[in-house]
Amino acid sequence: MSDAPSMASAGKPDDAIYQTDALIAEDIDAYLEAHQHKTMLRFITCGSVDDGKSTLIGRLLYDAKMIFEDQLAALEADSKRVGTQGQEIDFALLVDGLAAEREQGITIDVAYRFFATEKRKFIVADCPGHEQYTRNMVTGASTADLAVILIDARKGVLVQTRRHSYLCHLLGIRNIVLAVNKMDLVDYSQEVFDAIVADYDAFAKEIGIESYVAMPISGFKGDNITTLSANMPWYRGTPLVEHLETVEVNSARDIDKPLRMQVQWVNRPNLDFRGFSGLIASGSVRPGDAVRVLPSGKTSTVSRIVLFDRDLEEAVAGQSVTICLADEVDCSRGDVIAAADAPPQVSDQFEATLVWMDDEAMHVGRAYWLKLGAQTVSVTVQAPKYEINVNTMQHLAAKTLGLNAIGVAEIATDKPITFEPYAENRALGGFILIDKLSNRTVAAGMLHFSLRRAQNVHWQPTDISRDTHAAMKNQTPRVLWFTGLSGSGKSTIANEVEKRLNVMNRHTFLLDGDNVRHGLNKDLGFTEADRIENIRRVGEVAKLMTDAGLIVLTAFISPFRAERQMVREMLADGEFIEIFVDTPLEVAEARDVKGLYKKAREGKLKNFTGIDSPYEAPEMPEIRVNTVEMTVEEAAEHIIRQILPLK
Amino acid sequence: MTGLKHKTLTHLERLEAESIHIMREVVAEAANPVMLYSVGKDSAVMLHLARKAFYPSPPPFPLLHVDTTWKFKDMYALRDKAARDAGMDLLVHHNPEAEERGINPFDHGPLHTDMWKTEGLKQALDKFGFDAAFGGARRDEEKSRAKERIFSFRTASHGWDPKNQRPELWNLYNARKAKGESIRVFPLSNWTELDIWQYIHLENIEIVPLYFAAKRPTYMWEGQLFMADDIERLEQVMGRKPEITERNIRFRTLGCFPLTGAVESDAATLPEIIQEMLLTTTSERQGRVIDKDGGDASMEKKKQEGYF
Repeated sequence: MSDAPSMASAGKPDDAIYQTDALIAEDIDAYLEAHQHKTMLRFITCGSVDDGKSTLIGRLLYDAKMIFEDQLAALEADSKRVGTQGQEIDFALLVDGLAAEREQGITIDVAYRFFATEKRKFIVADCPGHEQYTRNMVTGASTADLAVILIDARKGVLVQTRRHSYLCHLLGIRNIVLAVNKMDLVDYSQEVFDAIVADYDAFAKEIGIESYVAMPISGFKGDNITTLSANMPWYRGTPLVEHLETVEVNSARDIDKPLRMQVQWVNRPNLDFRGFSGLIASGSVRPGDAVRVLPSGKTSTVSRIVLFDRDLEEAVAGQSVTICLADEVDCSRGDVIAAADAPPQVSDQFEATLVWMDDEAMHVGRAYWLKLGAQTVSVTVQAPKYEINVNTMQHLAAKTLGLNAIGVAEIATDKPITFEPYAENRALGGFILIDKLSNRTVAAGMLHFSLRRAQNVHWQPTDISRDTHAAMKNQTPRVLWFTGLSGSGKSTIANEVEKRLNVMNRHTFLLDGDNVRHGLNKDLGFTEADRIENIRRVGEVAKLMTDAGLIVLTAFISPFRAERQMVREMLADGEFIEIFVDTPLEVAEARDVKGLYKKAREGKLKNFTGIDSPYEAPEMPEIRVNTVEMTVEEAAEHIIRQILPLK
Repeated sequence: MTGLKHKTLTHLERLEAESIHIMREVVAEAANPVMLYSVGKDSAVMLHLARKAFYPSPPPFPLLHVDTTWKFKDMYALRDKAARDAGMDLLVHHNPEAEERGINPFDHGPLHTDMWKTEGLKQALDKFGFDAAFGGARRDEEKSRAKERIFSFRTASHGWDPKNQRPELWNLYNARKAKGESIRVFPLSNWTELDIWQYIHLENIEIVPLYFAAKRPTYMWEGQLFMADDIERLEQVMGRKPEITERNIRFRTLGCFPLTGAVESDAATLPEIIQEMLLTTTSERQGRVIDKDGGDASMEKKKQEGYF
């Protein structure tokens, strides 16, 4: 491959470092033996194409002989056709894999590249550098042991350098390499390098980066990549590859922490075997070790550690195993097996940093799924305490978080989860949020700490159960949830249904939108966040009333599917009856009983459903009534017939 | 802690742990998972990892082979044995339309792959209602795969939208989906070809003998070397008997025998194969005809249409 066109020949890889063809040819068994004991390092490269990121990765792959002749030939052809480097090889093309990226000459998504030296296998997450791709960088950083932050020596520390450093620090990457690239273009000047490092140092201290390693390199020329460069005799450090080969990886560091393993799956092939399968997040475990199962707190000892047809003497952080316990302890998916004398905490309210990753901004108060390890729970997020400007690190006031925004907020889960602060344990402190309807991953989060009030508020057990309440009333509790446009007839029909239920000796209560806003919810307006909170409170009240055995009728526009779904999930299965009062907008507007449509059309009323705020119609309501074809009485009769019997 | 010196995990141990973790997540979260099994070396490793992940239980899902009827005989033999050894059900699907129309690699070119594999796969997944399917693809194989998620989401019509992939952080996989949608899962995403070979060597995993060099009947077709695995059938579709020569050959990758180029080689043991691989200068997929038609985005395009 010595005749590769534009790869500069300086800094030819040192054969002592890289896989030597000679050893492979002469003694393949010795080579294999050596290769089998390699460790693995995952790292991320931050910087834009302008900083020479792709060239650096191309250089690493090329030097490690990871580019084959046919790939090189294809690359040469591509470079001439669509490359941005004239007749020279454009290594960005090697890294930019998607057609859209090659056509537009940009990196959109994280790409993973692989290469190996004599000592280690490397997985490089190559991430786009622009601010609009913050989420992609966060994704790449989440699994990295180390970050290479590239700086163009001609430009020095830029806003993006700060952003990349901040994000790497936020994601808990402890090994940071500040690679001052393109040193060949500044005459390998020590003054330039020192000035950049001094500048960076001040900033790094400010945001809490405790240590980093600065290196002057040239990815294009190969200076200080695999060997120390004769062009910079003043540099006393190690070349980049040597540093990557020797730096400590996370899993090695995690071994010295107390044991934590999240149970993914209970293995129960027959009555004689019951094992708990999972990936050990931290610590180590041996048969005979005392362990505690969280959140129950039950203790036992490890009887066996199984991995295929042999049992292990010891398992350590980073291994997937199956643990058997000496006692019959209740333990299932999502539980955590931990060192008995140093268990993690359990809580249901937290402060966390959130990185928002979805086009649709965060809805304060809406319920999302939170997935942390094998635990999945329903959560609501409070309004952010502040948003962080990723370029200046300033704290800004914010009502929500949009795509790529990073902020700190309080979250509450619907049941307690086992956790550790992210700074102490990535696996027990890192989580994602999932939209309950679209199923998209909308945010990544890092838990800081449990809020004390969660530890102090406990459930008070009561002796008269909800079943007793219902039995006394001789009925099955239900929530008849009327939804539809303003003026569709929700309140009128609900009122008629309630009258009929009363004639049938049913115990009911009607929660009407307008009435509730005079009291319980009078502090709420009509913004999206307030509408969500309005429905959440009504849902909670309806839930209490069903606990009391009542049949609850609610008449609220409740325009968003997600909130109706949230209330559905608060209640027992089958208790929530969604009734869609299906009236076309023209009809409701023509009726305009309260004169609100007129005001909204005149612009005097903001956020009015159907006019300048959306109504998301139910997709599969339990009951649908069409008020164009049915009278109020017919609609009520139709509903009653569908919900009977009620005991 | 005890102050004992703990073991340091090797790169293969870490890759193994990651793959096992992925498989267990799928089994815990998917309603009806399946493992796509193509009988190649990557499938062999994937199956081995599945056996490790769930031991002493057999892997709690079936194997699915989307067959083209044009695979090597040795592949069919190992396929049936491997499923038996693992204690797993083996489902074999043939696209009935391709069967009826006699689709073959000689007369039908790209249509052969499209009908038997892409369409066949969609049919099989729909037929059995699988909502998650393991595949043995690796990110080092091809450019668009380097950017594909480990949990790769598919629409109800099996389409892949590379610009709308779910972010995948830490080892947290979002396996939620609407009815009709499905997920392709790639537990070997972070393995390289060398890792695969080393692991086969280390774990003593049985692979199709065609990977090892031996004297075999061969013929040349469009400038490439092929093995005459079923001479009668070849003659039928080619309309002539190809000129057969005995050569010492082996395969770096396995697919349909008329589409999979052989290499002349004397590498008859695993270390020799690894040696040959390390000293070779062309990438693995070069022996396959499929990646080349359709320009440099051909795999990406195939994936969007539902190919694995």
